[in-house]
Amino acid sequence: MKILTPVKRVIDYNVKARVKADGSGVDLANVKMSMNPFDEIAVEEAVRLKEAGKATEIIAVSIGVDKAQETLRTALAMGADRAILVQAAASVDEDVEPLAVAKILKAIIEAEKPDLIIMGKQAIDNDSNATGQMLAAMLGWPQATFASKLELEDGAAKVTREVDGGLQTIKVALPAVVTTDLRLNEPRYASLPNIMKAKKKPLDVKTAADLGVDVAPRLTVVKVSEPPARKAGIKVGSVEELVAKLKTEAKVL
Amino acid sequence: MAVLLLADAQLDATAKAVTAAQKLGGEVHVLVAGQGEAAEAAKLQGVAKVLTAPGDAHGLAEPLAALLAALAPGYTHIVAAATSNGKNILARAAGLLDVMIVSDAIGVVDAETFERPIYAGAAIQTVKSSDKIKIVTFRTAAFDPAPATGSAPSEAASAAASGGGSEWISDETVKSERPELTAAKIVVSGGRGVGSKENFAIIESLADKLGAAVGASRAAVDSGYAPNDQQVGQTGKVVAPQLYVALGISGAIQHLAGMKDSKVIVAINKDEEAPIFQIADYGLVGDLFDIAPKLEKALG
Ligand SMILES: Cc1cc2nc3c(=O)[nH]c(=O)nc-3n(C[C@H](O)[C@H](O)[C@H](O)COP(=O)(O)OP(=O)(O)OC[C@H]3O[C@@H](n4cnc5c(N)ncnc54)[C@H](O)[C@@H]3O)c2cc1C
Ligand SMILES: Cc1cc2nc3c(=O)[nH]c(=O)nc-3n(C[C@H](O)[C@H](O)[C@H](O)COP(=O)(O)OP(=O)(O)OC[C@H]3O[C@@H](n4cnc5c(N)ncnc54)[C@H](O)[C@@H]3O)c2cc1C
Repeated sequence: MKILTPVKRVIDYNVKARVKADGSGVDLANVKMSMNPFDEIAVEEAVRLKEAGKATEIIAVSIGVDKAQETLRTALAMGADRAILVQAAASVDEDVEPLAVAKILKAIIEAEKPDLIIMGKQAIDNDSNATGQMLAAMLGWPQATFASKLELEDGAAKVTREVDGGLQTIKVALPAVVTTDLRLNEPRYASLPNIMKAKKKPLDVKTAADLGVDVAPRLTVVKVSEPPARKAGIKVGSVEELVAKLKTEAKVL
Repeated sequence: MAVLLLADAQLDATAKAVTAAQKLGGEVHVLVAGQGEAAEAAKLQGVAKVLTAPGDAHGLAEPLAALLAALAPGYTHIVAAATSNGKNILARAAGLLDVMIVSDAIGVVDAETFERPIYAGAAIQTVKSSDKIKIVTFRTAAFDPAPATGSAPSEAASAAASGGGSEWISDETVKSERPELTAAKIVVSGGRGVGSKENFAIIESLADKLGAAVGASRAAVDSGYAPNDQQVGQTGKVVAPQLYVALGISGAIQHLAGMKDSKVIVAINKDEEAPIFQIADYGLVGDLFDIAPKLEKALG
């Protein structure tokens, strides 16, 4: 079984994003970038399936700037077999919309014919939570989003999903798209020997134009601004003082 | 032209989405397809019509997205609350219709321009859509629920849900007498500092005293102290109650993303440097095991 894992290069989750003074976006110059945490979970899940003898090949795909090669090398060091970079943006300030990402992924999937796609439920930069669902729709495949447990049984995947009311378990026929939630697994750190080995694994480079996909955005960013700041609060000295303030000052009790 | 709103299983979420949908300018038609009650949706002020279809009671995305796509030609917008179902189904419908989705909108500037948080709420993006049909999910914490004072007519939808590939197996829902997290006026949340599943009873007991919902940080959920549906944050639920009480939570940006729009925030933490104090209206430095019982008592 072949698994494809899309991985996105995003701002590191420990870095506080700052809005540019001109309101055009978030300042990504000289900021630490990493693999989207949900995608690390996706790669980890694929690697575990391969280690368990259930998958034969893992292909990591990233769409964006040339530097996304670093993210692909991380996926290769974690255990992916080969990688594909689709160049679709000239600078980090150009983000490719989920709709275009899904179309690019669809073109790659039609050529590679994987049985399962495992990807993040959301990218922590734009927080859209959309690409996996859009991709599944375009392929006409079933989807199992927000997965916290994944089991393969003949021709199908049994997936436990984190939903608003708790957990829901569904079964999807393969091929299918699965998107990861935080509790699916704890991704490994790539070891130094594996990082060295990853440098020799194949990495193909294509462009969105090669695949015949139009990446023109449907949404125009009018502006990006800082959220309103909360005014500074106070420290209280005791439980009694706290309750008094909540009753008389804040009037929430 | 009109706006098609997919009802959620939670009436409160639907009621908040109705408030947002009215800002788009057209009539609001609520589609009840297996989730939610048509009779309740019909009472929401601002709803012009309720459409019913035999949908899917478990909210499976394949048939419901296909139903939305089939009904789409009569509408300018397809919208829903940004709940787990809303996100799962509407993004798939967008894929079927070859249009983008505006996820988690917190503001409507005009019928095609929306505000939405990005980077865990560190920035607010204003986006304008050029798509023929606009698909939008609304963050429930940003809108008040429409009151149940109306009475809209109901009719059967002109299409039916279809499409397979997925099959429901089971649900594991935590039954609780407490208010729903995203609808509650008060939320009491515990973090890693609570230390164990047994100790989490301290948080629950304080919540019950206040008639509050119980929330948790990711660390508390990952450690098994609390169930996943109680997680508040960037990747959990977003809440904006009148009062949010955080105990033993450090205040990571991913947690703040889910609660910083609360009206009043109280933080109880033994580390006076904890970042949560920077956004708290009232901070109390100390041991939560000492403070929580005292607080419960002081509330009478
Ligand atoms: C600085 C900035 C500028 C922007 N400029 C524009 C603009 O000019 N026009 C415009 O319309 N929009 C713009 N946007 C908005 C942006 O295009 C979309 O909102 C954004 O792409 C949403 O995607 P997401 O990453 O949140 O996807 P999600 O749906 O949250 O991602 C889910 C999963 O999809 C996969 N995935 C997503 N992207 C990739 C990828 N590139 N490669 C591989 N896998 C991927 C990953 O597995 C990921 O975990 C801009 C945003 C920013 C921050
Ligand atoms: C992609 C991604 C998504 C994430 N999404 C979320 C999310 O949705 N929600 C979320 O919450 N987190 C999320 N996180 C995790 C987040 O980064 C933090 O790790 C998490 O919020 C920490 O939880 P905590 O504050 O309970 O634990 P800690 O940071 O360990 O803090 C525990 C606090 O308890 C205090 N404490 C300890 N003992 C006591 C005591 N006896 N009395 C009083 N105080 C005490 C300590 O001083 C400390 O401040 C996400 C992370 C990533 C990478």
